[in-house]
Amino acid sequence: MKYLFGFLLLFCFCSNLSARTIHKERSIYRNIVIVEQNNKRCMRFETRRRSVSNQACINLQDQDKLVFEYTQSLMAGLAFNPSPKRILIIGLGGGTLPKTFAKILPQTEVVSVEIDPAVAKLAKKYFYYEENDKTQTAIKDGRVYIKRALKKQQTFDWIILDAFNGDYIPEHLLTVEFLTEAKSLLVPGGLLSANTFNGSRLYDYESVTYQSVFKELQILHSVTKGNRIIFACNCEKLSSKINVDQQLKTALVPFGVDLDSLVKRLSSKIDWDTSVPPLTDQFSPANLLNQ
Amino acid sequence: MVYRLPILGNTCILWLYLLLDRLLMKKVTILTLAFCAGFSIMCFELLGGRLLAPYFGSSVYVWGSIITVFMLALSIGYLTGGKLSLFRPSLRKYAIIFILSAISIMPTIFFSEAIMDWVFELVEDPRYGSLLASTLLFLVPTAVMGMVAPYSVRILTESKDSSGQTAGFLYFVSTLGSAIGTIVTSFYLVLWLEIDQILWLTFSLMLVAGIAAFGISYTRSMQSIKLENCV
Repeated sequence: MKYLFGFLLLFCFCSNLSARTIHKERSIYRNIVIVEQNNKRCMRFETRRRSVSNQACINLQDQDKLVFEYTQSLMAGLAFNPSPKRILIIGLGGGTLPKTFAKILPQTEVVSVEIDPAVAKLAKKYFYYEENDKTQTAIKDGRVYIKRALKKQQTFDWIILDAFNGDYIPEHLLTVEFLTEAKSLLVPGGLLSANTFNGSRLYDYESVTYQSVFKELQILHSVTKGNRIIFACNCEKLSSKINVDQQLKTALVPFGVDLDSLVKRLSSKIDWDTSVPPLTDQFSPANLLNQ
Repeated sequence: MVYRLPILGNTCILWLYLLLDRLLMKKVTILTLAFCAGFSIMCFELLGGRLLAPYFGSSVYVWGSIITVFMLALSIGYLTGGKLSLFRPSLRKYAIIFILSAISIMPTIFFSEAIMDWVFELVEDPRYGSLLASTLLFLVPTAVMGMVAPYSVRILTESKDSSGQTAGFLYFVSTLGSAIGTIVTSFYLVLWLEIDQILWLTFSLMLVAGIAAFGISYTRSMQSIKLENCV
């Protein structure tokens, strides 16, 4: 036990040594730090806990390469629609997704919604995120943005929900009402993807909630970590839309994405308890269930 | 005649004893009711965040709006409750405060969506949107609930000397109620019930409290009639 403790202490000490903090930013939500480690630059929320989770990372030597498995997995959405005209991303982080879309789909308009202005500032300063007429950022709560966009009768071909981090879930972004609003914002046949976490009671509730709005779900489970990407569409049958565009497949290689293998891993298996109630605006104890 | 006097005396002692007992009961009842008011206020405040989130998000300024409105409402409630206690304070009026606060929660249950839809159309900035919506939804019921505390102090106070102690003990009980209302709502109630169901629970709590206050005011008036007869 003593040795184990000593080893842990040493391990923490060493990992702290190699992770160099290059910037700290105050934020109204959570203070943010930018660290560099092993040729990677990452954005983290400041915490006093042992376990730190990176919100966004870039590979400094190969900037195109997608560092996180989940961002790679999200690209499987392009198998359902290889040329979306308008993409909405809820949760900007380091701006990795909009940057990738700007490169492979230069004609596509990408709107990223981020609640924290400090995150957007750091994405531009340290993660090479750039705004232009095709790449736009809105500093707003995701739900508020979608409600306003609906009022303005806007539509999107693909909505990506990436507002959850491991330890806190914005509960109003995980309800039947919210998903229904997001679905109404999609064009007919439009796609919705969400990066979510498994490993708690919430898994059943979350799955049932998505299922009750979208019927068919295609799910990509992570190989290494406890998260999954849910794909759903504003259409009858999602699985019939799968089609790997060869040109796109080649274009995705520099980003570390193997579209074929991702598509093969897509699964529509229902491996959750379907008897639990869906989460609604009236009943949404997502964080209490995620323990 | 000779025999009747001591009996009358005994009856009076019995009544006096009962009166003392009633006084204690009255005290306990009022403290319990103040506890319920404290409980309801914080339960209501926590649900406020849930109600507003679908329209205005759950940002720090949404909570800012909610807390601002609750503090403002309580300050208005304390002021009016205190003023009201100057004019022939009675348990009946005290009961009416509880019943009014129960009734004033009802518009929040029935019309919150319509009100927030309207505000959402009207105000683009979620900061002022959430402030306006909080004002419309929470100001009146919270102000009425805030009237309970100073009115309770007035009813409980027996002498000038002990007034500070009475007020202190009342704050203790009602703030303890608030603490318990907060923890019970955020740890358990939201897991067990829907928001509207919890609001109905708050409604029932205030209504039952109001009826209880009416109840003791009724038994007290019975008491005084009998006591008058024996003196």
